[in-house]
Amino acid sequence: MEDELAISVRGLRKTYGDNVAVAGVDLDVHRGEVFALLGPNGAGKTTTVEILEGYRHRDAGEVRVLGADPAHPDAGWRSRVGIVLQGTGEFDELTVGEVVRHFSGFYPDADDPAKVVERVGLGAKAKARTHTLSGGQKRRLDVALGIIGRPELLFLDEPTTGFDPEARREFWDLIRDLSAAGTTIVLTTHYLDEAEALADRVGVIAAGRVIEVAPPNALGNRQESLATVSWRTPDGTPASAETATPTALVYDLAARFGGEVPGLTVTRPTLEDVYLRMIGHS
Amino acid sequence: MTTTTKAAPPVATARARRLGPGALALRQGRLEITQFLRSRESVVFTMGFPIIMILIFAAIFSDEIAPGVSYTQYFITGMIATGLMTVSFQNLGIWIPIERDRGVLKRYRGTPMPKWVWFAGKVIMVVVIGIAETALLLAVSVALFDLDLPQTAAKWLTFGWVAVLGVTACTLCGIAISSLARTARSGSAVVTPVALVLQFISGVFFVFTNLPTWMQQVAAIFPLKWMCQGLRSVFLPDSFGGQEPGGSFELGRVALVLGLWCVIGLVLCLTTFRWTTRRDG
Repeated sequence: MEDELAISVRGLRKTYGDNVAVAGVDLDVHRGEVFALLGPNGAGKTTTVEILEGYRHRDAGEVRVLGADPAHPDAGWRSRVGIVLQGTGEFDELTVGEVVRHFSGFYPDADDPAKVVERVGLGAKAKARTHTLSGGQKRRLDVALGIIGRPELLFLDEPTTGFDPEARREFWDLIRDLSAAGTTIVLTTHYLDEAEALADRVGVIAAGRVIEVAPPNALGNRQESLATVSWRTPDGTPASAETATPTALVYDLAARFGGEVPGLTVTRPTLEDVYLRMIGHS
Repeated sequence: MTTTTKAAPPVATARARRLGPGALALRQGRLEITQFLRSRESVVFTMGFPIIMILIFAAIFSDEIAPGVSYTQYFITGMIATGLMTVSFQNLGIWIPIERDRGVLKRYRGTPMPKWVWFAGKVIMVVVIGIAETALLLAVSVALFDLDLPQTAAKWLTFGWVAVLGVTACTLCGIAISSLARTARSGSAVVTPVALVLQFISGVFFVFTNLPTWMQQVAAIFPLKWMCQGLRSVFLPDSFGGQEPGGSFELGRVALVLGLWCVIGLVLCLTTFRWTTRRDG
């Protein structure tokens, strides 16, 4: 059991004064899994993740990360955990290559710095001072520092905020590579497409609680939800119907129109629809 | 997503090449020095300021304050002490809040780097820059203002221990005071006035014994006054000891006060140092 789980959380609580940031989170992340923590700002994502990373102390609850309590991190545990924080720690005066090489020295089994710089797409910037990098490039440097130690478990806190669509796709490919190599990945995001593209399972967190954990296509009973069938009537006005049996309806429509149904679409709720409904903004 | 064909998680291999503690500290020190030297403000402020001050003050005041002792010589010893304080106390008190605010310290805490390595890197940087700066000040002073280098081994030894104790105390206090700043910018606002006031009351700009007695008493609480006095014993004639407030250079008391500040600074560091900002919880 212990071996199967990279992360196990039971009844995690954290309050700041009167503000309850985490109000009893239960969570399991399996080894080798890509797990996305989804939730609005202030829902407790970062607090939860920073407790798992060993940065913050919890008020209550059981937490195991790679078999150890992150409240007392030692160097051995730290070398197995990669962290990409939300706020980036910058080394303005150093070059990309210098920073990555320096951090590689902290780990017992670090990856080749030049290879990692190449892998995050900063090969052309290896000799550039970090203050000359764009926001997205700085984020790639963060990722390079997160993976330089060849972690078993990688935390990514809103890794693609500020990326353009192309950069985001490239980043997704990188995460898929890491995952394929066996790295367990926990990412927080508020991009639903990102969660859908990357995650094996998604945990939705709102007001300090995990309200559901499911594969992205099953979240909020998405698969069983009513489908919406839309078409145009012969006089051109749009029509639509919600149905549990869209195939039968389309079959009927086809019969009624004697072939092609004009303007036919069949849709189910998007992850975004489900998510917004879950966090109470339907 | 394919979930069935994932490889086994990476396992630590036998080719582990963990660096030893000495190597970790040295490369941390080298990184800190590189960052310092590449930061133009740091170099100008820390290395340039004392030299500019010497050039200005030496041009304005040329009196003798005692037989065979010019104001310039008196002032230079004060500026050497000030330089040691700038490179340690001000340098750390200003830069650590910036690094803390940027999340650099938080990032280090997320790695297996032992905590002491980071402090060792700062200390190595202070020592190397401190030696370079003192050598530069001495070279300028000997070349332009007739300062005599210490002639005896005993004086060099005094120079050594006063500098080491002074820099140690100022380094520890600089690390300690860095926790008072709430943001990156406020480090300078916290540290600079303290350093400037100390320079005025500790006998750097003015001959210490010409200051009001109460001011001398306040200055005697802090390290800079004792660093200046210790360095005067090295660079000024022995006869000048009679002009000091205690009637001698009081080297025993210099060692005692600086040693005490080392202890105070260390306790403050151990009890107040923060790796993250306050808003980070």
